[in-house]
Amino acid sequence: MLTRLIPHPLLSLLLVFVWLGLVNKLTLGNLILGGFFGLVIPMLTAPYWPGRPKLRKPMNVLGYVLIVLWDIVVANVQVALIILFRSNPNIRSQWVVVPLELTSAEAITVLAGTITMTPGTVSATLAADGGSILVHCLHTDDPDAVRDEIKTRYERRLKEIFQ
Amino acid sequence: MNLIFEIFISGALVVSGIFGFVGSYGLVKLKSTLQRLHAPTKATTLGVGGVLVASMLYFYASTGHISVHEMLIAVFLLLTAPIIANFIAKTYMARNLRASDLPKSQSRKGWALYEDPPKP
Repeated sequence: MLTRLIPHPLLSLLLVFVWLGLVNKLTLGNLILGGFFGLVIPMLTAPYWPGRPKLRKPMNVLGYVLIVLWDIVVANVQVALIILFRSNPNIRSQWVVVPLELTSAEAITVLAGTITMTPGTVSATLAADGGSILVHCLHTDDPDAVRDEIKTRYERRLKEIFQ
Repeated sequence: MNLIFEIFISGALVVSGIFGFVGSYGLVKLKSTLQRLHAPTKATTLGVGGVLVASMLYFYASTGHISVHEMLIAVFLLLTAPIIANFIAKTYMARNLRASDLPKSQSRKGWALYEDPPKP
């Protein structure tokens, strides 16, 4: 009964917070309205997300978000330095292939987004069976190091969270 | 508003201005489309982030309330920016590159742009 009423507790909680953030005022009326959205939207959209993955360790999500935020700041500085102080012939862009151990579509999506937001890399496409991801690197002399960093820094943590 | 807040707010605005400028400069300077893709997806996240931090500080200092709108903007930005970058990269690859221009996929199938997914 409870699982039918609240099929996705985390999504419900998130919707309440987003609603309160959007109106930017904490009043009882807004809390009730937010709670209403948190109940109704997951029920109406339930058919669109069959077989969603369980989060094994939800607390690790916070650590992951903090690491990614820090890396985004570092990435900004690194890319800015490359743009400002390297002449174009000296920028060696390369493709990097990262074989994936993650299997769920959600985990791969998060990884691809993380790769795009962090140091000098943009995720370009996946292998047709989802077994590896193609990454474009703005400037590197050592593609293997880039691959290993993505695998140890992000993929390992995502594996702990999702699998 | 006291002096410390004003210093932090101006600092955040200057940082955001610098990174916004570098992101736009990268668009002009870099030569290939895939390289240019890096400039706006990276260098401008801190550019927008700086303005958002400045805005939060300003409204906290002037009204005493913490404004959550800026955090939501940051979250939406971080969620949508990689998707746009991926769209642009894929469009470019589909129009200008062939499978032979790219490294092998190291998986059982080739890249999804050039090969169909396996039958379920």
